[in-house]
Amino acid sequence: MRLSKRSTRLLRIGIGIGLAFIYIPLIVVGIYAFNASAILEWPPPGLTLDWFPKAIENEAAREAFVTSIKAGLAATAIAIVLGTLASLAVARYRFFGRETISFLVILPIALPGIVTGVAFSNTFTQVLGIDLSLFTVIVGHATFCIVVVYNNVVARLRRISGSFEEASADLGAHTWQTFRWVTLPSLQTALVAGGLLAFALSFDEIIVTNFTIGAGEQTLPIWIFSNLFRPNQLPLVNVVAVIVIVISIIPVYFAHRLTREEDGPVAGKGGRGGSRGKRIEAEATAVP
Amino acid sequence: MSRRLASFFHGRPRLQVGALLAGPMGWLAIGYLGSLAVLLIAAFWSVDPLSGEIVHNLGLENFETLVNEPVYRHIIQRTVVVAALVTVTDAVLAFPIAFYMAKVATRRGKAILVVAVLLPLWSSYLVKVYAWRTMLSAGGVINWALAPLGLHGPGFGVTAVWLVMSYLWLPYMVLPIYAGLERIPNSLISASEDLGASPFTTFRRVILPLSFPAVVAGSIFTFALTLGDYITPKLVSNDQFIGNVISTNISSDLPFASALALVPIVVMVAYLLVARKLGAFEHV
Amino acid sequence: MSREHAHPARTAWLVVAGLVAFMLLLAGCGSSDSGSSTSSNELQKLGKGEGQVNLISWAGYVEPEWTKPFEKESGCKVNDKVAGTSDEMVQLMRTGQYDGVSASGNATARLVDGGDVSPVNVSLVPNYKTIFSDLKNQPYNTFEGVHYGIPHGRGANLLMWNPENVKPAPDSWDVILDPKKAAKYSGKISAYDDPIYIADAAVYLKYHQPDLKIESPYELNEEQFEAAVTLLEEQRPYVGEYWSDAAKQISAFAGGDSEVGTTWQYQYFALKGEGKPVAASPASQGFLPKEGATGWSDTWMISSKAQHPNCMYMWMNYIVSPKANAEVAEYFGEAPAQSLACAQTVDKEFCSKYHAEEPEFWKRVYYWETPLADCGNGSSDCKDYNDWVKAWTSIKG
Repeated sequence: MRLSKRSTRLLRIGIGIGLAFIYIPLIVVGIYAFNASAILEWPPPGLTLDWFPKAIENEAAREAFVTSIKAGLAATAIAIVLGTLASLAVARYRFFGRETISFLVILPIALPGIVTGVAFSNTFTQVLGIDLSLFTVIVGHATFCIVVVYNNVVARLRRISGSFEEASADLGAHTWQTFRWVTLPSLQTALVAGGLLAFALSFDEIIVTNFTIGAGEQTLPIWIFSNLFRPNQLPLVNVVAVIVIVISIIPVYFAHRLTREEDGPVAGKGGRGGSRGKRIEAEATAVP
Repeated sequence: MSRRLASFFHGRPRLQVGALLAGPMGWLAIGYLGSLAVLLIAAFWSVDPLSGEIVHNLGLENFETLVNEPVYRHIIQRTVVVAALVTVTDAVLAFPIAFYMAKVATRRGKAILVVAVLLPLWSSYLVKVYAWRTMLSAGGVINWALAPLGLHGPGFGVTAVWLVMSYLWLPYMVLPIYAGLERIPNSLISASEDLGASPFTTFRRVILPLSFPAVVAGSIFTFALTLGDYITPKLVSNDQFIGNVISTNISSDLPFASALALVPIVVMVAYLLVARKLGAFEHV
Repeated sequence: MSREHAHPARTAWLVVAGLVAFMLLLAGCGSSDSGSSTSSNELQKLGKGEGQVNLISWAGYVEPEWTKPFEKESGCKVNDKVAGTSDEMVQLMRTGQYDGVSASGNATARLVDGGDVSPVNVSLVPNYKTIFSDLKNQPYNTFEGVHYGIPHGRGANLLMWNPENVKPAPDSWDVILDPKKAAKYSGKISAYDDPIYIADAAVYLKYHQPDLKIESPYELNEEQFEAAVTLLEEQRPYVGEYWSDAAKQISAFAGGDSEVGTTWQYQYFALKGEGKPVAASPASQGFLPKEGATGWSDTWMISSKAQHPNCMYMWMNYIVSPKANAEVAEYFGEAPAQSLACAQTVDKEFCSKYHAEEPEFWKRVYYWETPLADCGNGSSDCKDYNDWVKAWTSIKG
């Protein structure tokens, strides 16, 4: 889209401010990762690389990282299954209470984390009488991750007309085969985008996790939370945060490339054609 | 085997829907809503102050306290006002970024911007808030940078909470607006210009109304996340928000905490209903 | 997939509603069973360690310096969760996921009454014999003649200030509690973020307003309570920060956000160790401002739902063994509970500095206790803990 020079310049300034706002605190975190003193103050008295090997050697941090990954993968898997099932029902059928489902699905994320956390904790320990553990954490995470997958898949299903599936049925495929060979492939990138966002949500979640985790386990945010209270460990926390950011550039970029590749075969010149690919990616970030 | 199953389901749409929804609905309606209901029923009970035992006598004492004691009104007001401010701030900050990403950026620029906006979501919430805490402190970056100008930063307090929350939830607002703007065909904008509208008018009468549902969709996140947060207010202010009072009372008076928890729930349900009316749940 | 109309599946939703109602019923029955009466499920015999022990403790109580030797000796891996307030500790213990807690007096009574802790069989803790006698059989660790914990150590809350900006050196709490004096340091005062802080105001009033006839700062009738609450409301505008986690307060003093306030020895020594300008009431004053101070006498308690009771007993015995108790006391800066620890401290004057062997000294320190309606002197119109919690919310606003 063409804009006047002035508009473009104003826009660029707006973005500059926005991005500066987003990144300055992260840069501060980065600087503190090299802080020579254990107490956070500005400006840092000196710089040192000492904290990096200490962080990598820290057993609790490593275990917490692995636990977070395990919880994230499990929660994402459950969210993908449940989200896809729900969105298939909503996008392809009409039934009583259909509109309520979008509402229901977004509730776990819309209500305060402390409410969800205490509700689950209460149910697990008092009503069901089971111990808190990684399993209960995964249940909690999956619940609010469903909405992210659901949004993406519903958006995609609404864009792709059901005629493909009808054609497949006409050609003799039964429900299963149609789902596996026609529907699922067209959902791929929506699932990846949704899954990635769900994983990010689970990986960084603290409040619900705090209430649903057992005593002997720690996810990374729990480890960070407990070490924010120990003055000697504070610099390690910054280091871990920096490492996580750097590592996560990979999956984020990868996901973006994946969703962008849809552009290839259908890209045309100018607005409409190219925007199809952009639209597909835009779905990844939509709300129901 | 799968063929047999498929033919069983064929022609029975009710069963198909049932099978599809059993999992998600079992999880959400029974598991989640059920847990919520169990918790919220406690709002009508009270507690023995010494033993912490919940006394199962139905009553409205907790709600009476909420209504009669002015401090709770102030806290709820404070929380809702900050949530609204954060939402507006984020909408204003997010729009230029999202617009540039959707309409102006080259293919490559767009890729970089998307990654740039999504990346902070992967850095720990706690670390970000603690970084802001150090930035806002008396000897922190903000005061250090403003000192030559003879100014000083806001320090800790409600302003700090507003600043930090706006910061934290910004990506959640950028992405839906970006998605919404993408859906506006460029041809519409060109048509508006062809008909003689100035860029500002085009923005006001074409772009804004069309992207409004997306803004509302993003606002659901910024509003909800601010409404329930208690960690940020604790770290960068002395002021109590709804989440703080819930968390203080959770161990000594669960019924009262549940009663208080009903407030953000009611607010959010109302917000979601309004959002649905405004089209946030629609797709083009 | 056809888009046919599925017949209204109202029945499905009715089933869901029914299941939710069933859950509510379950909950109604479930909750009334929890918090069972205190059973005497005291451990009778020490068995083999279970391999780990999950603790809740104050910051600085469970550190690698002494947990690593313990882990080697006992084979019990120590998992520790640091809590900032007694409220947090009670809440965590109620989940039943932990084996033990270092509880202060404003948690012990609640834990016992709630059935969250079991009595401790002191014959299984050999080091208990040589604990200071004025720590045994106290109202905060012994209930109806039954021992509920092993004393850990005790200390007084400290008044700490930045000597570069706070002059002259204060010798009274009035520097933060007298509104006229507190105004001088407006925005730089650091107060403890917990309802129990009301007792600090009561201690102040006991000294400065004797006509209120306050005896114990934890047993306050209507008039005394109102006076304390009003004092704190007047203090509120001058408070820069209410803290409950030690690191937060340390960074506040280090960064210049706080210059005077209530603290624990842990923060004081941490800041001194980093070379920050801090001072506290000196040893010559007994570390106490002239009104005295609130303080704590902590007790290790074992959960009634402990999954690793043998390891917990081993831990309790270890932490009050002479060497370990000396280490933790010196690290944190509190008086050890173990009388034999005094011979083991690095600083040979440590115990006398911290008045570990002087019961008289501790009469000016008001250990944290749970406020109860029962005033102890016949009347039952004192404010209970729930009142304190609600008042604290109002004070902070």
